[in-house]
Amino acid sequence: MKHIKILNGSTLKDSLKNGGCGECQTSCQSACKTSCTVANQSCQKN
Amino acid sequence: MIHKFSLFGTNIVLDVNSGSVHIFDDVAYDVLDFYKKHEASTIYGKLSSKYSEAQVTEALEEIGELEACGLLYSKDEYEEYLPLWEKPAVVKAMCLHISHDCNLRCRYCFAGTGNFGGDRINMSADIGKKAIDFLISQSGNRRNLEIDFFGGEPMLNFHVVKEIVEYALSREKKFNKKFKFTLTTNAVLLKEEHKDYINKNFHNIVLSIDGRKETNDRMRIKIDGSGTYGDILPKIKDMADSRNQDNYYVRGTFTRENLDFSKDVLHLADLGFKQVSVEPVVAAMDTGYDIREEDLCTLFGEYESLAAEYVKRAKDGRGFNFFHFMIDLSQGPCISKRLGGCGSGHEYLAVTPSGDIYPCHQFVGMDEFKMGNVMNEGLNKEIQNTFKKSNVYSKEKCRGCWAKFYCSGGCAANAFQFNKDINSPYEIGCELEKKRVECALWAKAQLMDNEL
Ligand code: SF4
Ligand code: SF4
Repeated sequence: MKHIKILNGSTLKDSLKNGGCGECQTSCQSACKTSCTVANQSCQKN
Repeated sequence: MIHKFSLFGTNIVLDVNSGSVHIFDDVAYDVLDFYKKHEASTIYGKLSSKYSEAQVTEALEEIGELEACGLLYSKDEYEEYLPLWEKPAVVKAMCLHISHDCNLRCRYCFAGTGNFGGDRINMSADIGKKAIDFLISQSGNRRNLEIDFFGGEPMLNFHVVKEIVEYALSREKKFNKKFKFTLTTNAVLLKEEHKDYINKNFHNIVLSIDGRKETNDRMRIKIDGSGTYGDILPKIKDMADSRNQDNYYVRGTFTRENLDFSKDVLHLADLGFKQVSVEPVVAAMDTGYDIREEDLCTLFGEYESLAAEYVKRAKDGRGFNFFHFMIDLSQGPCISKRLGGCGSGHEYLAVTPSGDIYPCHQFVGMDEFKMGNVMNEGLNKEIQNTFKKSNVYSKEKCRGCWAKFYCSGGCAANAFQFNKDINSPYEIGCELEKKRVECALWAKAQLMDNEL
């Protein structure tokens, strides 16, 4: 494509397939004790 | 739903539901404003002063291609899956308030300088062990369990911390659990002898420092009113180095009194810290240092300039991690996690020195949120379910928000503090969060673009 660069594909929909195991870290535990951001956490399976 | 924004000449388009992120050139970016709303011929007309018909046609075709591949205007299919994820509530993390006392008197402390409005007491080892038993009993099949030692100041009661750690580890095998420990400390009492123990047993340590000396010492003060910067910096530095600059965070808070907080972040980075988190204070409106709507514009500018410097340093090989700019576009958390957020009140609970249970550390001391005590088996299921049901779809504001899968619905405690409803997010927090996500996406795009 000339006008558009795709940085990443449909990652959220892919995670529907095997997500939800719940083994990941709780979000407020690490550095953020008020301003919750979840997107920077990692998945335990990866 | 899509979200488009332009920062430092890069046009970024996010397809909210697929999580796909694109860089558009100016033609495609402008065309996108009219896509789906007008016929091609009308769009040519509207943009004829800027672009040729051929350019517009090409851009339209490429946008159409993205849409056909499910990478633009993709549907939200997640809400219908919500019932599938309806599993019984399990608890997987606990914040243990090891001490409701503190050796500092930080002006912005949400815990009323340590005691959360109650007595200045320490947790006993007995209560701590009961909390571990309670967590195990409530954790179902969940294997990974987390304990954060929090305060007040947990180092005031470190021998109990150790006893609890040893106890938890001794239960791992029997119950097939794996504990991860973290510690949040003001670093004043950190000594050589603690270092080895912490580095051996603790997965993460959060070390509080606000940034520049004048910023830190304005807020983080001792009982006699003097500043702490000079005392804590060498200890924090030593601790971070002893962990090879990994698995820790220096964590600061900015207030209305240092709206130029990007300088504090960069100060910490200049000192050699590689893991930095600095976030806005959450303070009542009458404190004087609370963040107000009129400050947002300044703060947006701060996040932007910080993002620019962040990318520059990363490209020069002098990079550091800023907690709120870290976004993994390929393998972040799954959608189920993104819908629910922090897990307070159902997956994550806080326990006070006397064993009382609250939805999280920020709710401690609010009677209407008391969920039980670790000495008794039960947990208030009504409160637990209220929190469990709270997700980006249960909050009207979040449902329509483009940042929902990054923010996950914000902080329940802030929402309650400002709007008396855990499902009604705190607006200033939202504005800052959205700006942070934009800057994080931008920074990621710059760094990925380098690799592509
Ligand atoms: S930014 Fe605010 S509205 Fe958007 S998802 Fe977060 S809490 Fe909800
Ligand atoms: S409600 Fe807020 S402070 Fe409490 S755990 Fe969640 S994000 Fe953290």
